[in-house]
Amino acid sequence: MTEQIIEKIEKIEKKHEKKETVRSSIVLKVYRANRRAGESVHYNSIEVPVQRWTTVLDALLYAKAYKDKSIGIRYSCRMASCGSCGMKINGIPRLACYTKVSELEGSTITVEPLANFPHIRDLVTDFSQFFSHHRDVRPYIQNDEADIKDRAKLSEFMQSPEDLDKFLQFSYCIKCGLCYSACPTVATDTKFPGPQALSQAYRYFIDNRDAAGKERENIVDDRHGIWRCHFAGSCSSVCPKGVDPALGIQLLRGHLLGFSKNEKKVADLRERSKRD
Amino acid sequence: MEVADRNNREGMKAWLNPGRYGWERVSYWLQRLTGVGLLAYFVGHIYETSSLTQGPDAWAAMLELTQTPMGHLILLLIIGMSAYHSANGIRLIFTHGGKGLGKPGRPDYPYDAVSLNYRQKSGIWIALILAATAMLYGASVLFGGE
Amino acid sequence: MTMLRESQIMKIHYITGIAALFVVAVHILMRLIIPFSLSLEYENVIANYHNIPYVLLLESILVLIAIHGFNGLRIILLELRQSKAWEDSVTILTIVAMMAVIAYGTRTIIVANGSGF
Repeated sequence: MTEQIIEKIEKIEKKHEKKETVRSSIVLKVYRANRRAGESVHYNSIEVPVQRWTTVLDALLYAKAYKDKSIGIRYSCRMASCGSCGMKINGIPRLACYTKVSELEGSTITVEPLANFPHIRDLVTDFSQFFSHHRDVRPYIQNDEADIKDRAKLSEFMQSPEDLDKFLQFSYCIKCGLCYSACPTVATDTKFPGPQALSQAYRYFIDNRDAAGKERENIVDDRHGIWRCHFAGSCSSVCPKGVDPALGIQLLRGHLLGFSKNEKKVADLRERSKRD
Repeated sequence: MEVADRNNREGMKAWLNPGRYGWERVSYWLQRLTGVGLLAYFVGHIYETSSLTQGPDAWAAMLELTQTPMGHLILLLIIGMSAYHSANGIRLIFTHGGKGLGKPGRPDYPYDAVSLNYRQKSGIWIALILAATAMLYGASVLFGGE
Repeated sequence: MTMLRESQIMKIHYITGIAALFVVAVHILMRLIIPFSLSLEYENVIANYHNIPYVLLLESILVLIAIHGFNGLRIILLELRQSKAWEDSVTILTIVAMMAVIAYGTRTIIVANGSGF
């Protein structure tokens, strides 16, 4: 098993080897704007020394530490786990901490804030509408059988590994917003929930602990809902966690179209709690 | 506290720039473009064929306008567009229903998306090849001369 | 007029698309069953309009493509702007355009068929 994984990684590294460009320094072209302070949009070019393992976030933090303290960046975990450092790097939404400078071509790297999000300052954007779309799809298990209020009877739903695999990858979403930024429908439609919210709608829809399938279908069956996804696939192509939101959305739409009718059975509670 | 801009959406620019995200984005762009083009042709076609109701002279006048090299070139484009739009449309009906996209599982490095697989992607290429073939055949009929 | 759910509209969109594919293919092939250079002669075209199955084919193309095409346009326009006024106008205009094109095309078919106004 380990050998297989090692082989797989070596194959991938070989594929990427030729694409790695070795440089000792690059120019970071950073988008700067602070409308509140009356500063209009402009780009600052900052030269930053790099090594083979330097990420774009490292380069930005170097620039912030040694060249220009005022650059506004949002970041946290530095390991593609929190989703804070999403930005457009050479025109494509990526996580700055997860993008090595050596993966990018050219000696100038342009960093801009994520598109489709209201802009706050420099590389920082406002996520409130993004989160509110997420809340709109009711991203929590809804099941009257779950007796969580009565702790004495705390029970569990029967869920097999196969049931888990149906939604697990969609639960890996870190809400980084890259998919929302890449989506062509989000680019023009302010009411469209976006790939993140829709894939979370599927995550809860297909989770066999959830019993609100019909209501979830009704939420997304809207003029600006799931039907405005056209499978452009950009969301899945930029997702850093392999969530594959496009897959979730098309599978949910399959249920709405009647392509996959009888696949889901709501989970039973374990026998011991029913006896009490 | 309203510090953010109301709208920083990419707008139509996002629709018109398909080159950044792979084949599926290109196919989305082409499907839209061909759809609008075909709709425009459809309306024009309904109007041009209505000249039938005004007798043979009106019909001949319409033919003079449309059976020209330019008219044939436009028709060729329409042939290509309809072939692409139909073939890709069939592919989209399957993919929109979740068919041909693979199954969810446990993502692992390099976190490639299962839905962006070659099975459905090849549908795009097939649609393009069909469009090219149809255009070639159409060109042989329209410009080949009989 | 009851409002259709978006899922019902989209099912119609997919069905009209598939159906249109077949009927349009036949329509295009009609130009290849007689010598191509003669296929657009007035007499030959009018003769087609006297063939009832072909007339039905043309009418079905008209209806299917009008629905599919104008619904597609409605989708594109709805994505561009989202105020209530815009959305209502887009819905009404596309339905009106759909009906107008179908009416105009049907008129051509009926008149060319000879039982015209």
